[in-house]
Amino acid sequence: MKQSITLGKVTKLMGLGFLSTIKDLFTGKLEKEDFKNFLRKVVVPIASILLFIGLWHMGSKTLYNIEADFRINKALEEQGQAAADAVAACIALGEDSSCKPNTLPSPAQVWESYRSLLRDHNIISADKAAFIEKTAALNEKRLAEGKDAITYTGRPSFVDQIFRSLKTVFAGFLLALFIAVPLGIFIGLSPTLKSAFNWFIQIFKPVSPVVWYLLVFMIVKTLLIDSNEDSSFTISFISVGLCSMWATLVNTAMGVSSVDKDYINVAKVLKLGNFQKIFKVVLPSSLPLIFTGLKITLSVAWMVLIAIELLAQSPGLGLFVWEEFQNGANDSNAKIIVAMFVIGIIGFLLDRLMLTIQNWVSFDKTDAI
Amino acid sequence: MAYLELNNIYKTYGQGENETEVLSNINLSIEEGEFVAIVGFTGSGKTTLVNLINGLIEPTKGAVLFKGAPVQGTSHERGVIFQNYSLLPWLTVGQNVYMAVKEAFPKHSKTELSAIVADYVEMVGLTPAINKRPKELSGGMRQRVAVARALAMKPEMIIMDEPLGALDALTRGNLQDEILNIWEKDKRTALLITNDVDESIYMADRIIPLRPGPNATLGPEFKIDIDRPRDKTEMNDNANFKKTRNAIIEYLMDIGNERKTETQDLIELPDLSPKDFVNQFKY
Repeated sequence: MKQSITLGKVTKLMGLGFLSTIKDLFTGKLEKEDFKNFLRKVVVPIASILLFIGLWHMGSKTLYNIEADFRINKALEEQGQAAADAVAACIALGEDSSCKPNTLPSPAQVWESYRSLLRDHNIISADKAAFIEKTAALNEKRLAEGKDAITYTGRPSFVDQIFRSLKTVFAGFLLALFIAVPLGIFIGLSPTLKSAFNWFIQIFKPVSPVVWYLLVFMIVKTLLIDSNEDSSFTISFISVGLCSMWATLVNTAMGVSSVDKDYINVAKVLKLGNFQKIFKVVLPSSLPLIFTGLKITLSVAWMVLIAIELLAQSPGLGLFVWEEFQNGANDSNAKIIVAMFVIGIIGFLLDRLMLTIQNWVSFDKTDAI
Repeated sequence: MAYLELNNIYKTYGQGENETEVLSNINLSIEEGEFVAIVGFTGSGKTTLVNLINGLIEPTKGAVLFKGAPVQGTSHERGVIFQNYSLLPWLTVGQNVYMAVKEAFPKHSKTELSAIVADYVEMVGLTPAINKRPKELSGGMRQRVAVARALAMKPEMIIMDEPLGALDALTRGNLQDEILNIWEKDKRTALLITNDVDESIYMADRIIPLRPGPNATLGPEFKIDIDRPRDKTEMNDNANFKKTRNAIIEYLMDIGNERKTETQDLIELPDLSPKDFVNQFKY
């Protein structure tokens, strides 16, 4: 079945239908009756984003003033008029972090922090490239002599930390996939296994990520007791996998055990063998549910990742947020908000990615939710 | 020895107090090459009867004998066309048929199997749609695929459970003819379950009404003595057809009325009348 792939199809598959509306606007294909649709799908979201930014700006300004007034009044009460004037002047200058109100940053500050993080990234990656170039000849020699190569050990940039987080989350997701899908299939097929595992699932499903992390830490620490390597990555990805696999496990088991009776009858009438029955009938028919589970698993994995990185001191966005909070620099709060948006947007993109794969493999082409 | 025999079949569902006897004392024998129709109301236990014959379920009491041997589980010798098509939605038309053929003829090569698939898809007139999925097809087309799938396995007996129930009258007529053509071509034994009296007279050699369940049992048989090939429009003027049709409908109506009177216990309604509603608004 050959189908031409058009922008419309791809965006629909990804659940981003509004993009093709924008395309129609620029190519002049928009009909009058589509205008309402355009208003609803494009103008309204943009307006609501602007409204959100406006409210945020005003809110942060109010909070800033509350804290500034408090500081000035405090100086006035404790040290007199001169000190109060000095504090007011310092705040008005807005450069010294000792007197600057430390509160919710404004949208402009967040944008500035975002750009400074990018600049920082460019500096670090240039530095890294220079380092690699400088050590290339030396490393060749060291490798020839059987020694380890010298690697760059500088501070990771914000972008490096995003990729590190993605790596952790995918490792955790794959772990969850390889444990939960096969186990779910077995549990769904056998009522005996189901009753054997049911208590296990019911009890461990609601356990908090923090506790999972501690559990994994206890086990991995002992297992890797001889190794000198940094175990924080191992611990964090295993914790992420264990936290997030439950949705897939439960959905797979449910999908496998609730295959339409008609399909089972077909399998019986055709006299399919057990292997054939599972791979040709049971699994395809439960794929939509398995993928719903995997989608939940990926978003849960991304959500708990931040908390677990923070605990495990594993480099990534979680650790970045925590370090900025501890740091307390002038723009720390703004950087935390930048990280918040980055986390949210990446979470959204991951969700769309799963939805695209789900729509692509699923026979039941339902519209994106 | 008849080709297919049902001896004193009883089938109950549930246990203890919830036990309901769906089928009672079913006796039926079908000869080889015969086309038998069983006509009954919806909910009279027709599907249960079909599932007993094709081996999906076992009778509580009694025996189903196919070619003299008791039926144990399903068999490729008895092809089934289900009421709701039961196509696998993730496979294309060709793949749905191929899967059945591959199970029925495990020793054939891939090209032989594909040839059989192509033949049967061609026979039901779906060659242009062979790469489409069931969802892209109309109800009539889906049922044709189900017919092709059942027949491609070359069963000795075809069991049809209200195969055309969900189709419109025109498609229905076309598919009836197609099924009859196929049946006449290789003279297989056929059992048709339906709720349409005209359809059963048009297609079958023998019609047996199923008295509605619970405790459904088979009524007296009606032989159809109309020469084949039958013509739908001519048949309407055939005296024999009219007579049989009236007899069957009368029989079914009688059962229906019987059941109605059985369940029509008069319930005394309380003698209530609204309060003096109108006068409330008169001041």
